[in-house]
Amino acid sequence: MQEPIPGPFIEFRNVSYRVAETQVLSNFTLQVERGEVLVLLGRSGSGKTTTLKLINRLLSPSSGEVWVNGVRNFDADIIRLRRGIGYVIQEVGLFPHFNVARNIGLVPKLEGWPEPKIRRRIDELLQLTGLAPEIASRFPHQLSGGQRQRVGVARALAANPEILLMDEPFGALDPLTRDDLQREFLALQKSLGKTVVFVTHDLREALRLGSRIGLMEAGRLVTILGPAEFLRSSDPWAAAYVKAFGDPLDPDRTEGVS
Amino acid sequence: MSFLQFILQNRGQVFELTAEHLWLVGLSTFFAALIGIPLGILIAHWPRLDKSVLGTANVIQTVPSLALFGFLLPVPWLGDRADRLAILALTLYALLPIIRNTYTGIRGIDAAVVESGRGMGMTESQLLLQVELPLAMSVILSGVRTAVVISVGLATIAAAIGAGGLGELIFRGLAMVDNSVILAGAVPAAVLALLADFGIGLLEQRLQPR
Ligand SMILES: Nc1ncnc2c1ncn2[C@@H]1O[C@H](COP(=O)(O)OP(=O)(O)O)[C@@H](O)[C@H]1O
Ligand SMILES: [Mg+2]
Repeated sequence: MQEPIPGPFIEFRNVSYRVAETQVLSNFTLQVERGEVLVLLGRSGSGKTTTLKLINRLLSPSSGEVWVNGVRNFDADIIRLRRGIGYVIQEVGLFPHFNVARNIGLVPKLEGWPEPKIRRRIDELLQLTGLAPEIASRFPHQLSGGQRQRVGVARALAANPEILLMDEPFGALDPLTRDDLQREFLALQKSLGKTVVFVTHDLREALRLGSRIGLMEAGRLVTILGPAEFLRSSDPWAAAYVKAFGDPLDPDRTEGVS
Repeated sequence: MSFLQFILQNRGQVFELTAEHLWLVGLSTFFAALIGIPLGILIAHWPRLDKSVLGTANVIQTVPSLALFGFLLPVPWLGDRADRLAILALTLYALLPIIRNTYTGIRGIDAAVVESGRGMGMTESQLLLQVELPLAMSVILSGVRTAVVISVGLATIAAAIGAGGLGELIFRGLAMVDNSVILAGAVPAAVLALLADFGIGLLEQRLQPR
C-alpha cells in the first residue's frame, strides 16, 4: 500500500453477501479510519467472519463494494491486497510442517526479501510478541495455545502490513493467557498504530480493545459506538448485549477506553 | 525347498524375469502417478468432478485383469507388443489408489491452514507446492504403496499374454504341474511386494507431517 489516500481506510458501501438462499450480510455500510481498532461484536452466526473475509477478498460481495485504501477491492490485485493485510484467525492456521521461524517469515519470503533481512525480522517479531528466541526452531505442535497465537500474530505482522484482520484470535485461550495477550495487543497497537478490524463475541474484550465497537446481528450492522457510549447506549441490541454479560463490567477491565 | 534349488539352478533366468517384473511394475506405477496425482489434485479442488473420476477409476479396478488384457489385445499399436499392453493395463489398475489418496490427502488438510495461507497472499500454485502437496505427501505415498503391491501381484498375470515377468514361471509350473517352478515365480513376487511395501512405508513415515 502506497501513500495515504484521504478518506476512510476500509469502506463497505452497501454490501450484501448471499450464499445460495442465505442472506449472510445485508446492506452493510461501514467506514474504518486509519489507525483505529474497530471491533465487530456479535453473536456467532451474525456475519462477523464473512465481513472480515470480504476485506481481504477471501469472499466477494454479491452486491455493493468494498474499498481498501482508496481502491475498490474488485479492481485490486488480489495477491498484493492480501500481502498488505495481516490475517489472524482463532484456529491460528500455522503451517505444521514449517518451524516457527519459517512460519513467521512466510510473507517476507513470498515477497522475496533477502535471507538476512528475513532473519532479522523474525528475531524482531519474536521479541515483539514476547516469544523466547529458542522457540524459532520449534514446530507448531510443540507450542502451547498462547505461544501458537503469538506466532500467528507475529506472522501476520511480518511484512509490516498497514491493516490487521483478527478473527476471534484469543477466543480459544484460557482466561489468563487471553488477558496477557489482550494487554500485549494494546501495548503493541500503541506503538505500531495499525488499522485493525477485530472480531469477537466477547463484550469485555470489545470494550477493552476497541476504539469503536460495531454491533452485528443477523448480518446487519446494528450500531457503531465508542466503548463508553456502548455501555450507556439505549439501543435495544446494545443494551441486551450489555445485560447478557450480567455483572456490572469491572471498570479496570475497560482500560482500553479513552 | 526344492523351489530354491530350481531358483539357484536357473538364477540367470529368474533374475531376468524379476527384472522384467520390476520393469512392468515400475513403469506402470510411474505412469499411474503421473496421471493419478494431477487428477487427484484436480478433483480435490473441483469437488464437482470427484464422483465421476473416482467412480470411473473404481469401475476399471473391478474389471477382471485377464479380461482387461484381452480387451486391450486388439488395440492397434498396443497389441503389437505384450509389454506395452501389460503396462497400460497395470497403469489403469494403479490409478484408483493413487487418485483416491491424493484426493483424501489434500482434502484432509486442516482448512485453517489453507485459509491462512491464502489469506496472507499465497498464490494457488504456492499453496499447492508449499502447503498442500507436502502435507498430503505421506497419504499420497501410501496410495502409491497400495498401487505397487497390487501391481506386483497383477503383473504375474501379464505373462498370460506373453509380457514376461515372474508370472512366466508360475504359468509354466502350472502347465508342468510342478510346484517348485510355481513357487520359483510366486515367492520372488511376494518378496518384491513385501520389500516395496516396507520401503515405501519407511518413506511415508519420514514424510509424515507433524
Ligand atoms: N459457505 C456458507 N454456506 C452457507 N452458509 C454460510 C456460509 N458461510 C456463512 N454462512 C452462514 O452465514 C452466517 C454468518 O456466518 P459467519 O460470518 O461465519 O458468522 P460469525 O463469524 O459471526 O459467527 C452463518 O449463519 C453461517 O451459517
Ligand atoms: Mg466467525
